[in-house]
Parts: sequence; structure tokens; C-alpha cells
Amino acid sequence: MVSTLTKNERHFAFIISVSVAMCGLVMAAAGRNDLLGTHGFIVFFFALGVTFILARGYYDPEPGDERFSAYYDEPIKAGIILAMSWAVFAMFVGDWVAWLLAYPELTFDEPWASFGRLRPVHTTGIIFGFGGNALIATLFHVMQRTARARMPDQLSPWFVLIGYNLFCVLAVTGYPLGITQSKEYAEPEWYADIWLVIVWVTYLALYLRTLARRQEPHIYVANWYFLAFILVVAVLHIVNNLALPISLSSAKSFPIFSGVQDAMTQWWYGHNAVAFFLTAGFLGMMYYYLPTRAKRPIFSYRLSIISFWGITFLYMWAGSHHLHYTALPQWVQTLGMSFSLMLLVPSWASAGNALLTLNGAWHRVRDDATLRFMMVAAVFYGVSTFEGSFLAIRPVNSLSHYTDWTIGHVHAGALGWVALITFGAIYSLVPILWKRDRIYSPALVEVHFWLALAGTLIYVFAMWNSGIVQGLMWRTYTASGTLAYSFMDSVVAMHPYYIARAIGGLLFLVGTVIGFYNIWMTIRTPINIPRDLASDHPVTEHAGAPAAEPAE
Amino acid sequence: MIDVSHDTLVGISKSYGLFYLIALSIAVAVYVFWPRNKSKFDRAAKNILNDEDGPWR
Repeated sequence: MVSTLTKNERHFAFIISVSVAMCGLVMAAAGRNDLLGTHGFIVFFFALGVTFILARGYYDPEPGDERFSAYYDEPIKAGIILAMSWAVFAMFVGDWVAWLLAYPELTFDEPWASFGRLRPVHTTGIIFGFGGNALIATLFHVMQRTARARMPDQLSPWFVLIGYNLFCVLAVTGYPLGITQSKEYAEPEWYADIWLVIVWVTYLALYLRTLARRQEPHIYVANWYFLAFILVVAVLHIVNNLALPISLSSAKSFPIFSGVQDAMTQWWYGHNAVAFFLTAGFLGMMYYYLPTRAKRPIFSYRLSIISFWGITFLYMWAGSHHLHYTALPQWVQTLGMSFSLMLLVPSWASAGNALLTLNGAWHRVRDDATLRFMMVAAVFYGVSTFEGSFLAIRPVNSLSHYTDWTIGHVHAGALGWVALITFGAIYSLVPILWKRDRIYSPALVEVHFWLALAGTLIYVFAMWNSGIVQGLMWRTYTASGTLAYSFMDSVVAMHPYYIARAIGGLLFLVGTVIGFYNIWMTIRTPINIPRDLASDHPVTEHAGAPAAEPAE
Repeated sequence: MIDVSHDTLVGISKSYGLFYLIALSIAVAVYVFWPRNKSKFDRAAKNILNDEDGPWR
């Protein structure tokens, strides 16, 4: 890592990591009577670790000018490892809380082990840890390849990657301690939020600087989605986290909005986090890795542009469907509902575009589990966007809201779409980056695929069942007009579904662990593996030749 | 602070809000189907298939 930085960049890196360590010390001192102090020490030791790595590599020889004839892939490699580590960790926590719901006594009477504190560790670990690192890694790859340009410097990608992971660490260490803003997907407190803004602006600048070096004037559509992801997430993050800390020596802050305004801001943020983090970013992934893996250009480039503008402009207004039957004005609810329904058009345009691209390559889908990951992801994208539009209809929402149906919907998207497209992209990317013929074991990719698919289906069907049962029990009246079931009756009825869900999650987790092992072995195994799966090698112009990058 | 009433906001969103989305849809459709852009789009779609040859700078 350090050996790829120039002397100048090493100096800057030093200044940054020492300054961050100092900030950590200041936080630790100022917040000594508060939880902020604990986070100060975490920041301090994190930055100290980075400084130590820098110091160890400081006298390594500088990279020569030959670096300009190759893409800068070191941070991408680190990003993939980080993404898979977060995936294993956060899916483990997810399955833990799934068992906790089936057997609530598993908290050992410890506050940190309660569902309310562990659940955000799962959601943040998956969305920001796994999803965010996977997005950073694939985005660095796609932007360089489609622009045919190397990143403009070596320091900023590392700053983005490491800085972003510091944010994730602060987030997941805070929740068990009780540090939270209590805003869904925006739980980290003010100081972590400020840090993320700094990282994110560097991210945007790096992206634009690389695009500015591109060879072709036209920018490939995957980059439009990635750019929308970075830009809109920046806006969402800043507006939803406008808050005043109770003092600079305290972790606690209060949002500047209150009441229904705060709720509306939160769900404008929350739904657009789904739209631009979990959809636009991963669509960027799909529009690059699915065609390259299938070795066919996207079915309709025009349609991909129409879907892009559709998704960008319609999603912005859909958030209020999270607040049906609340104090939010009726017309704002209706607005959110109508835009959610319209969203089905660009969503299905993308899903259909992906599947039609595979026409003529179905034999590859059959033989190549990596491509099959992406195919099934496109199907789940279609299924969960249809479900999303459906659930946004107010009367449907009156049955589904506050039930497990929502959890089922989210996981059809998160497991079926986001995770599967990511695994497909990572399996395509790993042999390219580490210059291997193919992944270590194609058989294990198959195993991972079937475990992931089985896990997703079990999970989603369990939650559909439990959600609808819950919804119906809560609205069943007796002849005398009283509720037929108590709330506890519905909790007891959920027990078998919760066990099924935890088993589905366990299958998915086991698949991920196998996937990580397979990726790790691909990296660790020496280069010349005999090829036994003709279609399972990275795309190059010279069919049959090993997947070397001539310029490197 | 400027006093923006609830009714003003509703009015804006029901008039301007509608028309700018229609205008946007038309603009996107024109861009996408403009004949001169077709070759550009085809090239972009095909170019990503041979991407691992190293940067031009």
C-alpha cells in the first residue's frame, strides 16, 4: 500500500493521520465524562494504526513513471477484502438478532445485547460496511476502465476508503454503547456525520477528477448511476443530519427539525438511501459487470438512459409513503404513493434491460454461477420494486405497515438484489484484479449461489407469511366489535416464522463465508491454474489468451 | 424569514411540479432518440467489453 504512494503523498498521508489522531485525543479529553471519550480513543488508536503502517513503509522505494501505464488497483483490492469482511460480520450479527427475536431471552440480561442496540449494528454493517465498501471498490474499477484513465493521484482513494471505514467503525461501536440519533440508517452521531461529509466530498472530487481525464467525451451510463449515488447521498446525509450537539464534549445531539417535519426529512432521507445508495449505486454495478461478464453489450443503451432519469427524478418524491396514516398531510402521502407507483416503470425498464441482455447468452447463465448471481439479482430487483410500489399504496400499507412484510420486502431487495449483484460483481472482478485465470473454485461459487438463493427464498417467504398473518390478526374483530387477538397472540404466532427466517439467514451467512474463503484462496493461489471452465475468465480482447493486462 | 404558506407550497407542487417533470421527460426522450446520438450510444455500449487494456493516461 505505502510503496505505491509517492514521497509527497506519504508526507500528506502522515499529516492527515497524525491530525486525525490528535482529533481523537481532543475528543477523548473533552469527552472524558461522556461516551464521546470512548469514541475519541477509538479514533486515536485507529489513526495511530494507520500512522504505524505509513511509518513502516516510509523508506520503501518510490513508484516509477511506469505506474502511469497501469490502472491503480491497490485500493480496489483492499475495498473488496473489506467489503467481504463486513459482509461476514454484519450477516453474523443479522442472524444473531434473528435468533434473538425467536428466543428473546438470548440477551443474557446485558444492555448491549438487546435487539434495539444490535439491530443497527446489522443494518449499518450491511448497508454501509458491506454495500458501501463494495460500491467504493467497484466504482473505482468502473470509473477507471470506462474513462480509460488512471486515477489522478494515489492518496485520495486511500483517504476515501480508510476514512469511510473509520466512519463505519465509529457507527457500529457506538450502538452497543448506546450512542445513536435514533434515525433509521442515519444513527451515527454528529461528529461521525461531519467526518463522513469530509470523506464523501473527497470521494466526489476524486470521481470527477478521474472522469475529467477520460478518453471518450461520452460517459458510459454506469457512471451516471454512480455519480447520482455519490451526489445525492451527500445531499441526503447533510440535510437529514442537521443537528445541534448538546455540547461539544457530548456525543448526544438533537435534530434541528421536530415533529412531522423531522419524520418527513428522515423518510425523505431513508427512502432515498434505498434509492441512491442501495439502488442507483448497484445499478451502476449491474450496467457494467453484467454486460462484461455476459460478453454482450447492454440490450438497449437508450432504455438505460431513460431509466436513469426516471429513477433519479421519481425516487426523490417517494419517501412520504413511509408515513401513511400519520400526521403528515394527506396530499403529501398521496404524492409519495403516486410517485412510488410511477417508479415501477424505470425500475422494470432496468430489470428487463438486464434480462434481455442475456438473450443469446443463456448458456453462460447456465454454466457460470457468477453470471447467474447477476441474473437472479435482476429478477429480485424486478420483484422487490414491484412489491415496493404495491406496498406504497395507502390501503395496502394499512395492512402491511408495522408488520414483518416490510422486513420481507427489504430483504428481498437487500439479499436478493443488492447482495447477489455484489457477489456477481466481486466474483468477476477478483480474477481480473489479481490476474488469475479464474476464481479458485468454480464449484464453491455454485455452492455459494445455491445457499444464497435458498437462504433468500426461505427468509422472504417466512416474512411474507408472518407479515400478512400479523396484519390480519391486528385487524380481526369479533362479532361484538372488539379485537379478536391480543398483541401477544400475534407475537406467539410469529415464533415458527422467526425460526424459519433465522435458518434462511444462516444459509445466506454460510454462503458468504464460503465465498470469502474462495476469494481469499484465489488471491493466495499462485498464478498458473489450469483452466477447466472456459467461460470463467475475465474479459479480454484476445479470446483464449490468459487474462493478463498487457499494459501491466 | 420569507413566509411560505402551506397553500403556496401545494400550489407550486401541483402546477410547476407537474410541468417540470413533463418537460424533463420530453427532454430525456429527445436526447435519447436524437438520431445523431445513436452511434455514440452504440460505441459506449460496446466499448466496455474490452476494458482491461490499460489507461490512455
